[in-house]
Amino acid sequence: MIPEIGHFALILALAVSIVLGVVPMLGAWRAVPEWIALAVPATRAMFLFVLLAYVCLTYAFVAKDFSVAYVAQNANTELPLFYRISAVWGAHEGSILLWTLVLAIWSVAVSLASRTLPDVFRARVLAVLGLVSCGFLLFMLMTSNPFERLLPAPANGRDLNPLLQDPGMVIHPPMLYIGYVGLAVPFAFAVAALMGGRLDAAWTRWTRPWTTVAWVFLTAGVALGSWWAYNELGWGGWWFWDPVENASFMPWLVATALMHSLAVSEQRGAFKAWTVLLAIFGFSLSLLGTFLVRSGVLVSVHAFATDPERGIFILAFLAVVIGGALALYAWRANAISGGGSFRLMSRETLLLINNVLLVVACATVLLGTMYPLIIDALGLGKISVGPPYFESVFAPLMLPLVFVLGIGPLTRWKGDTALRVVRRLRMAFVASLVIAIAIVLITAGSSPLLLAALTMAIWAIATTAVGFLARVRSKADFRQGLRALPRSFVGMSLAHIGVGVFIIGVAFTTSFSADRDVRLGPGDSEELAGYRFQFDGVSEVPGPNYLAQRAAVRVFKGDKQVAELFPEKRLYPIQSQPMTEAAIDVGFTRDLYVALGEPLGDGSWAVRLYYKPLIRWIWLGPLIMAIGGLLAASDRRYRRAGKARRTVGETPADAVPSAEPSRG
Amino acid sequence: MLYFYSPSQIVAGEAPKGHDVRIGGLVVDGSVARQANGLDVRFELTDTAAAVPVTYTGILPDLFREGQGIVALGKIGNDGVFQAREVLAKHDENYMPPEVAEALKLAAEGGSMPNPHEKPAESQP
Repeated sequence: MIPEIGHFALILALAVSIVLGVVPMLGAWRAVPEWIALAVPATRAMFLFVLLAYVCLTYAFVAKDFSVAYVAQNANTELPLFYRISAVWGAHEGSILLWTLVLAIWSVAVSLASRTLPDVFRARVLAVLGLVSCGFLLFMLMTSNPFERLLPAPANGRDLNPLLQDPGMVIHPPMLYIGYVGLAVPFAFAVAALMGGRLDAAWTRWTRPWTTVAWVFLTAGVALGSWWAYNELGWGGWWFWDPVENASFMPWLVATALMHSLAVSEQRGAFKAWTVLLAIFGFSLSLLGTFLVRSGVLVSVHAFATDPERGIFILAFLAVVIGGALALYAWRANAISGGGSFRLMSRETLLLINNVLLVVACATVLLGTMYPLIIDALGLGKISVGPPYFESVFAPLMLPLVFVLGIGPLTRWKGDTALRVVRRLRMAFVASLVIAIAIVLITAGSSPLLLAALTMAIWAIATTAVGFLARVRSKADFRQGLRALPRSFVGMSLAHIGVGVFIIGVAFTTSFSADRDVRLGPGDSEELAGYRFQFDGVSEVPGPNYLAQRAAVRVFKGDKQVAELFPEKRLYPIQSQPMTEAAIDVGFTRDLYVALGEPLGDGSWAVRLYYKPLIRWIWLGPLIMAIGGLLAASDRRYRRAGKARRTVGETPADAVPSAEPSRG
Repeated sequence: MLYFYSPSQIVAGEAPKGHDVRIGGLVVDGSVARQANGLDVRFELTDTAAAVPVTYTGILPDLFREGQGIVALGKIGNDGVFQAREVLAKHDENYMPPEVAEALKLAAEGGSMPNPHEKPAESQP
């Protein structure tokens, strides 16, 4: 009964989403206030129905209702409650339901926070979001119904993929989806603005915090995915340039570009058409990512569910959404006026370089991801594009980006003199280079890329510090200066420091990691990077829904024991699938990582040992960036934006003080 | 960029020697042999029409086992033995890498994979 209620709720949600997508849109066109007013209640009704469906599916999992095919495939009586709840998004159908729920949550959030927007504009935004929901609900009901019954019901289920039975996997998909789907909001704002033919300062001011929040979740989601892969796949790597990782990384790159482009559009009224285009591309890449992951065209660890018919639906949906948005853009873009002019040496130029580099980086990832698919589709053979391609193209794009990151915030809008900028930053540059050289010499690193990466990482941090101190010192009292800083500025500074922290982590992990596969019997030990790993044998330990072979490994530095690790090889009998559960001694300066391979007879095992210096910084960096993003999104001027709505549209962009983005 | 070859193609000498390539097929039953010391392992990969010997040093993935479809990355030595640097098995016992599935299908039909260094057969008049 409950699953039927869920199914019915989905059908009702679809009906409401069609009304939401059509009626307010027509109302805005024909100026019918009653039709326009339908947008908000329809959004809320749609949200309630999707939420009801989601609760019903969760209930089916909690109650172990194996007569629901999706539950039977992804749960088991032995599966702990925690993982039964997260199993809702453990496979295809439930993931799409979560996607739709997240979209409904964003839609409701927009409806709640947009009271002060002009009614016509608000109706259009919500209608666009409704149309996107409509597409996903149709997709679910036509190709991927999570409530399909399996009769007669099996006595027990197939269990959740053991790889997904990990806390990292529980939070990674929701985070990523919130970010992915969050890009629908700037997309809807852009489409609505194109329809209305008006892209004023109010539009950018409204779009900015939403974009930043979506970006925050996207950042957290991508970083969590990397963290999960490191913990769970047992390969000790943090990024594999796997097509599905790329699918999440591409929207991130465009969202980052969009955030920066919006800054120019808001402050200077420039780049507006480009900003709109980025908003369209960002969401398009989210949809493309969904298509890539869910259609089964990719050879990837993520391609759990594969069904080409679903792919065709998403492809068609993609064509409608992107094609429609781009057609609207082509038709209306010339109505968007240019904005303030700027000289070559100005913050606008530097942000333009930022945007070009980010978009080119995204295009290279897209090329590397799609090329094998295209070659295969044309019958020209099977190829794969691996990390060497991405690594060789990425560093030359990212290092200049970080160089520009250092200069941009300290350069004035509209126009600045190179001499002034050089004077402000030369000490930071010399300091970065000297510290980087010192680190390279001390650590006996040798690659020029390491030196370049470290210089740029320290440069990002040093220039941010210069800018920060300059802002604080402009007030008489240090503490007062600190308090007067707008949150957007503090957020930006934090995010840029996060970039530096991330690059330091990548540079160290890439250059100084050590790993070794060894054969170890009880009592054997092995030296790696100054640590001695002592293997004390393997014992059998039962888990709730698996049986583990657990090894005990003590790690010594000199004579001192620094860690005792218990890596496991688990067998999940229901899926008859073995799983490597690596054991990691986490540290700020280094991780020690032990993974069990296979038993080799006579009590000895194949064991993989890793030493990973500063690898935590790779996730610490994005965490700092995300916190920075949250601070920036909560800046006072966005909270006040609504109150000033009738006047803000008329504020000439040039009235913004040049080097001061604060107006709190 | 890495090209994929089936065991039949490698036995027929279609794949370049000394370059990194990918190969995929089923692990031949009874062919997996670990050396008594160290982590060297030797096994054979087949597409049911032909089999290629493969050597590898290190830890095999969780789902590596006889009869399973896998993909390996490495070079073909002058002795015809594939020296694998990386062995990939998918994280689902029922999952077959698409390349392997296609190679098996073609081998069963008596055809062969399109050779990336030749024009595809259907475009030739």
